Amino acid sequence: MSDRREVTLVEARWVSVLRAVGVPLLSVLLAVGIGSLILLAGGYDPLKAYAALFQGAFGGEMRKPLEAIGDTLVRSTPLMFTGLAVGFGFRANLFNIGAEGQFILGALGAAWFGLMFGGLPGFVSIPLILLGAALFGAAWAFIPALLKAKTGAHEVITTMMFSWIALYLTSWIISGPLADSATNNFQTPIIPSDSWLPTLDKVIPWLPTIKYAHAGLIVALAAAVVVALLLRRTTLGYEVRAVGFNPTAAQNGGVSIAMTTIWALCISGALAGLAGASEVLGVTHRMFDQVSAGSGYGFTGIAVALLGKKHPVGIIFAALLFGGLSAGAGTMQLFANVPAKIITILQALIIFFVGAETLVTWFVKRRQRMALEREEAADAQ
Amino acid sequence: MPVLELRAITKVFPGVRANDRVSLTLERGEIVALLGENGAGKSTLMNVAYGLLAADGGEVLVDDVPVRIKTPRDAIEHGIGMVHQHFMLVEPLTVTENIILGHEPARFGVLDRKKARMRVAELSNEYGLKVDPDARVGDLSVGMQQRVEILKALFQGARILILDEPTAVLTPQEVRELFGVIRSLVKAGLSVVLITHKLDEVMGAADRIVVMRDGRVVGETTPAQTDQIGLARMMVGRDVVLRIEKAEAHPGGPVLRLTDLVVKGERGLEALKGVSLAVRAGEILGIAGVDGNGQTELVEAIVGLRRPKSGTIALKGVDITRASTRKTIAAGVSHVPEDRHRRGLVLEFDLAENLILGDHRMPPFAKFGITNPRVISVTARKRIEDYDVRAPSEHVLAGALSGGNQQKLVLARELGREPELLVAAQPTRGLDVGAIEFVHRRLIAERDNGTAILLVSMELEEVMSLSDRILVMYGGRVVAEFAAHEADVERIGYYMTGGKPPEIAPATMTASGGAV
Repeated sequence: MSDRREVTLVEARWVSVLRAVGVPLLSVLLAVGIGSLILLAGGYDPLKAYAALFQGAFGGEMRKPLEAIGDTLVRSTPLMFTGLAVGFGFRANLFNIGAEGQFILGALGAAWFGLMFGGLPGFVSIPLILLGAALFGAAWAFIPALLKAKTGAHEVITTMMFSWIALYLTSWIISGPLADSATNNFQTPIIPSDSWLPTLDKVIPWLPTIKYAHAGLIVALAAAVVVALLLRRTTLGYEVRAVGFNPTAAQNGGVSIAMTTIWALCISGALAGLAGASEVLGVTHRMFDQVSAGSGYGFTGIAVALLGKKHPVGIIFAALLFGGLSAGAGTMQLFANVPAKIITILQALIIFFVGAETLVTWFVKRRQRMALEREEAADAQ
Repeated sequence: MPVLELRAITKVFPGVRANDRVSLTLERGEIVALLGENGAGKSTLMNVAYGLLAADGGEVLVDDVPVRIKTPRDAIEHGIGMVHQHFMLVEPLTVTENIILGHEPARFGVLDRKKARMRVAELSNEYGLKVDPDARVGDLSVGMQQRVEILKALFQGARILILDEPTAVLTPQEVRELFGVIRSLVKAGLSVVLITHKLDEVMGAADRIVVMRDGRVVGETTPAQTDQIGLARMMVGRDVVLRIEKAEAHPGGPVLRLTDLVVKGERGLEALKGVSLAVRAGEILGIAGVDGNGQTELVEAIVGLRRPKSGTIALKGVDITRASTRKTIAAGVSHVPEDRHRRGLVLEFDLAENLILGDHRMPPFAKFGITNPRVISVTARKRIEDYDVRAPSEHVLAGALSGGNQQKLVLARELGREPELLVAAQPTRGLDVGAIEFVHRRLIAERDNGTAILLVSMELEEVMSLSDRILVMYGGRVVAEFAAHEADVERIGYYMTGGKPPEIAPATMTASGGAV
């Protein structure tokens, strides 16, 4: 009995690793498959469409590789941050659906601090600006966190409401106090170029010049490492995971659910705020109305966190995939005449299948059982 | 001709063969006890017979005819009824409404209340299952609710009744009444399968005993042919000490002292109405009582999970009445919670992570908020060995362990930090004989080590065999105190139900006390 049990335990570990990687991969493949059917139904050639999509994201005849990859990286970078943000919340069993609002606040903070510290050299001003933006994001998550901890108000409702408040509040700020007097658009002035995030090849000298790509990517990767260490190697991370898995047991072990909730949501907000800062310092160099609303980095971050299975490494890859999809969409439209909106369908399908993990595991389990039965039948003979 | 026969039932769960070609017969008018440790496969087998689980092999015969039972409804149609350990009743509805639920007698599509009520009353009289047909189920005691479940099965026409651990939640008096009911059922021609792991019940009530271990039937016997020791050996597969040996306690000074403690319960009512007690170093103070008489609130108040309304809690003279759980742990209070899945462990954490819960902020496990995986692993390995937790490594998830090993893990953590006071709530609930023996030995050893232990248990047998002093709780108050040597089941049982023993207040003696 005990031998049998040990084997089962070792198997269980493998199964959990396989499932963590396998289910998202399978979901992507299924989405691509069903996407083909949709393309066929629309009268398009799926092979041609996917080829264009791939080249648009990673380069080929239709698009220069360094340009395609740069585009993918630039679109992935904010998704890495927002994916990490939402994923961190998930770890504490919190659904920070309002990463969008924290993103906007982070972007606003970056523009504001950028204009304030812009005169300082980059190595001084950039860390200061990033820190300020993270604080802005965290502050925006703090009120919903406090409401959750003290009154039990559900974060899905409150963070969402705060997203809308963020949107209109920043609209007012950038059309009033921080407005760029040179235009009538809702936007801040450009921040001094000393405080822009440098391009990747400036930071890593041996790298070729990748178009668009900026050092925000490095900050995002560093954030993923920090999040992983935070979860694994600190008491705060321990408490966050304990509360996420089983709050009653955590409470029994002297963990304050209220404090852990507040910390987790604020860290989540800080990560989303960094996403906004990375966009402003690396791409737009100013805050303008709907800096994110067009692409909705905060909301896509939810999908990224789900596909990445809440794990920092998984989230990085999921962000690259979603960034690549969005980078390739233009090429697909241009060369295969497929509307770029098909990408939204693909993304939705991926999330659908990730969510339908239960269904997938059911299939796997059924196959395992059938194999076992065959084995038994063989034994019996 | 058997009324029910299970032939070579096999049921496989991923990684576990819960039933391996298990066969069982049940004759008309017979009580068969299905005995085995938790996880032996008893409930699985009966769930197959009742249509809750689909077997992977084997067949079910009713009256010698093979039948296909795919849902409980099929089972009911073939006259098989089951009363689960956790009742499946609708609390706001009345007894009658609950009993007819799903089989409502109707005339022209209109519920025939009168007929239903009459039928319920008939059944109730016929088998001595006295219960008020108009009472709201939520207002009934657990024992009464169980009667409703049995009546419900009878109403649906059950000739074969499966009772899954029916005595787990009952007082000694209620247990006796239940067995009276069971006897009148079989006298009337019904057949009963009694799933249990309690040896004394089996010896007293069963006609035949089938013992299961590791998914197989390992033996069949009758009460006349064996004794409790023999049954325990069959069940566990080795010799077991049923009653723990312990030396006289040598209590020191008081460690925990409660004074006039008033605590509100979940519904805002006072669940503790002024409790004063003291637990001394090196003694086990047992709290006996029927579930829901304030024990949970007592425990939660002591360990800092619930703020008392008034009164004081002092640990070695230091007031901890309003201390948080974290401070309470730091002050030297350990807690084995009554629900290890919900409160005791994080099942998704590995063993090492579980073993530091509560100490996870303290050196050497963490310094300046950074945890030390090496120290945590080394300590975990040592505790896993000390407490005989059967696991391949400290990085296995707690959820993958058996119930007994999970409880050992909780003990390893709570005793490993060398507390002044251990609050143990239902420390052996749901454990098998072997694991119960281990937990009991550890508690005694800890007592002999000078730790003060407050033991709360619904198992009167357990309270009586472990405690040096026993308090009985009823209605949020301590209603009686016994020294271990002067306690007896009968007298404690009376206090547990809010009465007084016959010799003190003869007026309260009723028919239910006459049986023994």
